[in-house]
Amino acid sequence: MTVTGTTRNTEELTLTFVTEFDATIEQVWGVWADPRKLERWWGPPTWPATFVRHEFVPTGSARYYMTGPDGTKAHGWWTITTIEAPYRLEYDDGFADDNGEPLAGDVPVHAVVTLDEVGGKTRMTVVNHFPDADTFDRLIKMGMQEGMGLALGQIDRVLSNL
Amino acid sequence: MGWGNAVKGCDHGRSRLTYNHMVVGEGSEDRVFHALADATRRDILARVFGAGMSVSALARLYPMSFAAVQKHVAVLEQAGLVTKERRGREQIVHGVPDTLRGTVDGLMNAYEQIWRQRAGRIARILEEQS
Repeated sequence: MTVTGTTRNTEELTLTFVTEFDATIEQVWGVWADPRKLERWWGPPTWPATFVRHEFVPTGSARYYMTGPDGTKAHGWWTITTIEAPYRLEYDDGFADDNGEPLAGDVPVHAVVTLDEVGGKTRMTVVNHFPDADTFDRLIKMGMQEGMGLALGQIDRVLSNL
Repeated sequence: MGWGNAVKGCDHGRSRLTYNHMVVGEGSEDRVFHALADATRRDILARVFGAGMSVSALARLYPMSFAAVQKHVAVLEQAGLVTKERRGREQIVHGVPDTLRGTVDGLMNAYEQIWRQRAGRIARILEEQS
């Protein structure tokens, strides 16, 4: 595996992550498409993920939770917005309540995953579009406390992911 | 999922992160997260950007004592999220956008780490298959 680069845009709040794997496109697609593979890498060893639903089709939804060291469950959801197997996947990833259903008013992270072949390897590009794209502090200036809470909620989850 | 869990869950990962804009001492991230974990403090913060607001004007907004509001402001101040300026008999509270900017960078750094770690785990799964 080679991490070929990450690019961040703090104004638009996007983070692009590019990696090359010594595998075929189909194999890399498989780690997204197969929930049993997906849950082996989505969460870190300390917060392993369990996908209880994984409808890997356009407009399909996924429900998952991550289990922390003290047994705490952090629930999340995906809505798949685009699938062009085995080259392109787009999904929204957001928070869920303790029943696993999306939190009302949650603003998800939108991710665009593309796979392409480069010299016999597979390059995976993941572009994460953070919510509240026009910057964090504008929300605050506008006094949208709830919006800010959601953005901070993302940090919360990011940290629980580490 | 609460802030407490977040702080507990990330101890080992966070130490590897680097921050660009903020001079981050040990624990200052925790102070920012702690400060922002409270709804009243987020509300205070949202109001004090721009022209700022006096502590007494803030105190009139919440069903709590002046001292309690002052305490919330102090937590925000210790986290570097607000500064206080004396104007006559009033203490004017102002927001510090750079601290939040630093938090956005922190978010980005954390996300990058997540994807690096995920890519490492994907690579191991793929190696098993080949």
